[in-house]
Amino acid sequence: MISSVLPNFKVVRDKDRCIQCGVCERQCSNNVHHKDDVLGVITAEDSRCVCCQRCVVMCPTNALHIERYPQVNRANANWTHDLVQGVYREAETGGVLLTSMGNPEPYPVYWDHLLLNASQVTNPSIDPLREPMETRVILGRKPAHIEVNEREGKLITKLPPQLVLDFPIMFGAMSYGAISLNAQKTLAMAARELGTMFNTGEGGLHRDLEEYADNAIVQVASGRFGVDAHYLNTARMIEIKIGQGAKPGIGGHLPGEKVTEDVSRTRMIPEGTDAISPAPHHDIYSIEDLRQLITSLKEATRYTKPISVKIAAVHNIAAIASGVARAGADVIVVDGFRGGTGAAPLRIRDNVGIPIELALASVDQRLRDESIRSEVSVIAAGSIRSSADVVRAIALGADAVYIGTAALLAMGCHLCKSCSAGTCNWGIATTRTDLSKRLNPEIQTEHVVNLIHAWGHEIEEMIGGMGINSIDSLRGNRLMLRGVGLNEKELSILGVKHAGE
Amino acid sequence: MRRVYSIEELCLDCKLCEIWCRTAHSNVAGATWRAEGPITGRMDPFDIIKAGKLEQPEPQSRIRVEGDTVASMAVNCRHCPEPKCVEGCISGAMRQDPETHVITCDPTRCVGCRTCVALCPFGTIVVRDVALKCDLCGDGAGAPGMPACVAACPNRALVYVESEV
Repeated sequence: MISSVLPNFKVVRDKDRCIQCGVCERQCSNNVHHKDDVLGVITAEDSRCVCCQRCVVMCPTNALHIERYPQVNRANANWTHDLVQGVYREAETGGVLLTSMGNPEPYPVYWDHLLLNASQVTNPSIDPLREPMETRVILGRKPAHIEVNEREGKLITKLPPQLVLDFPIMFGAMSYGAISLNAQKTLAMAARELGTMFNTGEGGLHRDLEEYADNAIVQVASGRFGVDAHYLNTARMIEIKIGQGAKPGIGGHLPGEKVTEDVSRTRMIPEGTDAISPAPHHDIYSIEDLRQLITSLKEATRYTKPISVKIAAVHNIAAIASGVARAGADVIVVDGFRGGTGAAPLRIRDNVGIPIELALASVDQRLRDESIRSEVSVIAAGSIRSSADVVRAIALGADAVYIGTAALLAMGCHLCKSCSAGTCNWGIATTRTDLSKRLNPEIQTEHVVNLIHAWGHEIEEMIGGMGINSIDSLRGNRLMLRGVGLNEKELSILGVKHAGE
Repeated sequence: MRRVYSIEELCLDCKLCEIWCRTAHSNVAGATWRAEGPITGRMDPFDIIKAGKLEQPEPQSRIRVEGDTVASMAVNCRHCPEPKCVEGCISGAMRQDPETHVITCDPTRCVGCRTCVALCPFGTIVVRDVALKCDLCGDGAGAPGMPACVAACPNRALVYVESEV
């Protein structure tokens, strides 16, 4: 049968440079490259290429590069190439289009319309190389007032459990199964070295990672995979996952092929069965139900751990966040629509949810209006791409941010959006041992640690330029932001003035 | 002495070590590696092209990746403390440096009798006219810096470390 589905990419090989060493063939898990002894050349099956660029990077003679498949359609601004191909694909398979990573569509990126302030003349800027800077943040419910025994210098008020981070940056939830154990171990090792947190996602805590439990946030999601008393009590914080920015309103599905023996033990489900997370928690149909689960988790851990609730940024997010805060959450995670995923239906990822910038600003404003902002910490997630985005998020009201994609990029990810295939050539989104060993946790931990150190320096430079010497003084400080190219409504939701005002 | 060790769990079967090794030991491009490579850890892609395309017969790699993509590891000369190859060599070509303990074969003396091949417990010597084996490359055997195979490994599956023996 003929197929109208075209390859997405074309593998271009410089014959003058290729020495036919076959590294590309051995490294490609998609079987694109093939050393053809009859033709005497290495051929490439373009249709299988996902543009992960493993071969490009590994080729010792730089003989390879990947191009977009050159076939053109009759120009059509309405029926774009991707839409037409999507119809062909669905018509030929009858299946839902699956994809991975964050929303790539050209919706407005509000981060790029927010500019940062700096001090000039009227107040001094601070040089982080010469003066102390505080990047530490403390997450958790803060009491309205505290009593101190001044004679002994001790706190009388019993503080709710707090979470201390050396950087306002944590690693977002990525479960074992969706990513490889080596990838999760890398995040765990980096989190420990950096004094921050990694998040196990909904796939349970692998026993090899229990030694990193002091830096682990464990998730309780709708599938409740891997959840037992030990799991809850080992972790530093517990996160109830209500939704995910990449796919608000729908659950998860880890195909049976990825549920290997190790994954099955960690998730506490039979080997080879599909791990299906229902769309809702079937015991949470209201804020009151959420309060019950939060209280149960607090009881199970004897009120020693903060409980966070992760919700996707959707319409009415401010009211939802307010309800979550009142349900007893210590931390609220708001995940914007550009957040990544290991697998999501394409149409959901590209069309559902709202931008994190607007959601964060409205959540922070609502909590402040209701005078409950201090009772809960807010974490922003969903495409934090650089240290400047971290600064903007904190100025818009976040206590800290989650990064997922940026951390994966540091570990070698090339954003080919094929995580759901399970054949990740970089050893990240796969449970195949022959592929996951390509990610050496020792090397990649160095990269992730480097990344966060670099961001830390950049954050210090940026807030120092504003004349601020601690993250705490930046939080919710929207006067440090100015909008460019935004309309009145956008500015009022973001709570920032336009540049020049 | 420092030796090259292979870590099986990290070996990817990419065979880049073999490609760098044969380039470092080629006639057309080897000098460039010996001049700077061991210190900088960099190999010019054009040297790899020269060694891969121009030289006939093809330059020989002295390290070999055994196995497949599922399980593999690189094997090269262990530079044994009591080397059988040196003991058995009939022409005195194979010798161990008394200071660095690096074992090398003198191509002007080697007669290609393959006694060393038969005696090597690790199968790390090949004969093409003369015996070819790992010399822990650098500017002269045992020189500081990294052998080409170690510099090539993208996953730190090859390490060049001090050994106990």
